[in-house]
Amino acid sequence: MNYFVGVDVGASTTKAIILDENKDILGYAVRHSGVDFKAAAERVFGESKKKAQRRIADSHAVVATGYGRRNVAFAHRIKTEISCHAKGSYLHFPHAHTLIDIGGQDSKIIRVDDSGKRTGFRMNRKCAAGTGAFLEEIANRLRIKIDKLNGLAEKSKRNIEIGSYCTVFTATEILTKIREGVEVPDLVRGIFGSVIKRALEMDPLEGNIVMTGGVVAYNPFLVKMFEEKIGREIFVPPFPQLTGALGAALYAMEIKEG
Amino acid sequence: MSEEKKSLIKKIKATGHMRKIMADYFYEMDRASKEGSPKIAWCTSVGPAELLLSLGFLVHYPENHGAMLGSTRTANDYIPVSNAIGYSPDICSYLTSDVGAFIKKETPLSRAYEGIDGVPKPDVLVYNTNQCRDVQDWFSWYSRELNVPAIGISTYRNIGEIKDYHLQVIVQQIKDMIPSLEKISGNKFDIDRFREVLALSKKCTEMWKKVLEVNMALPAPMSFFDGTIHMGPAVVLRGSPQAVEYYEVLLQELEERIANREGAVGDEKYRLYWEGMPIWGKLRSLAEFFIALRTAVIASTYCNSWIFDSFDPEDPFISMVRAYTEIFIVRDENYKEKYIEDMVRKFKIDGILFHDAKTCPNNSNNRYGMPERLEKKLNLPSLTINGDLNDLRCYSEEQAKTNIEAFIEQLEAK
Repeated sequence: MNYFVGVDVGASTTKAIILDENKDILGYAVRHSGVDFKAAAERVFGESKKKAQRRIADSHAVVATGYGRRNVAFAHRIKTEISCHAKGSYLHFPHAHTLIDIGGQDSKIIRVDDSGKRTGFRMNRKCAAGTGAFLEEIANRLRIKIDKLNGLAEKSKRNIEIGSYCTVFTATEILTKIREGVEVPDLVRGIFGSVIKRALEMDPLEGNIVMTGGVVAYNPFLVKMFEEKIGREIFVPPFPQLTGALGAALYAMEIKEG
Repeated sequence: MSEEKKSLIKKIKATGHMRKIMADYFYEMDRASKEGSPKIAWCTSVGPAELLLSLGFLVHYPENHGAMLGSTRTANDYIPVSNAIGYSPDICSYLTSDVGAFIKKETPLSRAYEGIDGVPKPDVLVYNTNQCRDVQDWFSWYSRELNVPAIGISTYRNIGEIKDYHLQVIVQQIKDMIPSLEKISGNKFDIDRFREVLALSKKCTEMWKKVLEVNMALPAPMSFFDGTIHMGPAVVLRGSPQAVEYYEVLLQELEERIANREGAVGDEKYRLYWEGMPIWGKLRSLAEFFIALRTAVIASTYCNSWIFDSFDPEDPFISMVRAYTEIFIVRDENYKEKYIEDMVRKFKIDGILFHDAKTCPNNSNNRYGMPERLEKKLNLPSLTINGDLNDLRCYSEEQAKTNIEAFIEQLEAK
């Protein structure tokens, strides 16, 4: 086999990545998952193939991951997003580390040892706190496009503490702050701070820290704030949103031919 | 697809026998409830049942009824009814589902047993706070509603070494109950009858322990999920010869499985310990899920909760009190950790699964750092899943299953 495909059907977006046997990326694509996971998976795979500009027909292996992993009809194997993120993260950062992945619907903390083996993990509890869904909800309340959050947070001059844990209560808290005259950039910085607090509650975050996920990909300022908070550098891989798909593609490499 | 899945769970043949003795129990209670005799006591699951039986009461266990509401997935029809009268969604969902069902005049008993149209009417409500405070509040609601006396035992909790004073104070409380119970039952307390009942309970608990210990075998012949069903007689029929006979039958079947190297999970690869309450509405779904992952959940604190080693008919009061005091839920963190450590060794466990039951803090042992401490001490991975015993609003199936699957992947990569 020459080509290795990872498809990550997340709650918010679906990602595909194609690697060659040297683990070089030939193509990738990201699309909203929408309501038809199967179609989303086929679409990102098709687009990745097009970008790869090579004939990828029979000689490939596919591993699917993410919430919709069981909907990927063309996958040869499935793996949870927890295993795939650990594997994808370790490719770029081959040392013991703690991975913080902030996805659309959940956030995960995964501990990886020096050999790349996963030693433990935690996912957020049932609610949306600390996830992309939380940012989307608050952006919607503030009538801000989601891709504008990062730029706004960068302009903030002061720290606003958001105390609530619950997304709905946070929205109410924000209304109070608007009434008090707090500027929008400061509010956005405040909600970034809330996402960071949720991650800090999940793990002591010892040693090296890597961050991945869509929220990290589109909001580098959040990573900067996180670094300031913990007082050390955080490693972010080149395509943070594709970490799960990358890990899945790496698992595809382990599928033996025949 | 679902037909195919059904065949994954290996049926225990003795189940029919169990259903019969459970049906006899419920019908006998229904008859007594309708005829007004013998008198009926409601009792918490680890309350002084043997004393009540010795006084001639038939004993109904509301927690068993709560579990039925959970396993029939009807609890969520009733929990909101209790919430609406001021009982918080954060308190025991056995309480809220049971009280809600009573208010709506519905019970899974009437669906399971033709002719039974309600839970048996109590003549007295007897609680023991050894497990939690909620049982007292639960029985107090019925006491007010039905104008029936609620009497109970208030115990120590979170204790390490058991001292004599821990026991004496409870013995005294139990002895103080006797005059009231004699009056309600119409029978005089008879120490010899008490000894007899305790002897039967002891025999039942010994047999139940043997049943659970079959899972020391590789592969394990019975799953935790089977165990939660087959412990029914140990909970509601202890103190009766029927329960003892049943476990003799069940044990024989499981020993045959061992002889034939027949596991509950066909090709058992990993062995897990379940810490905390079952998720009653998801027993089947989880059992099938674990089978597909070639993982056997084989031992648990929960099923062990009805092992009462200390029962001694020679010394019935103190030994019963000791038995109901030394159970896991009454003990401190050090005791609990040591207990789980021993279980892990005894059953050759590969990982521990903690169930954080939203409405059952006393039976959710992940909340004070125990998983982290045990991981380090035993060099064994653990996983916590969020859920609840009865309230399925607190359980995310997709998230729980992804967590479990990822945990098994972690064991595979080890």
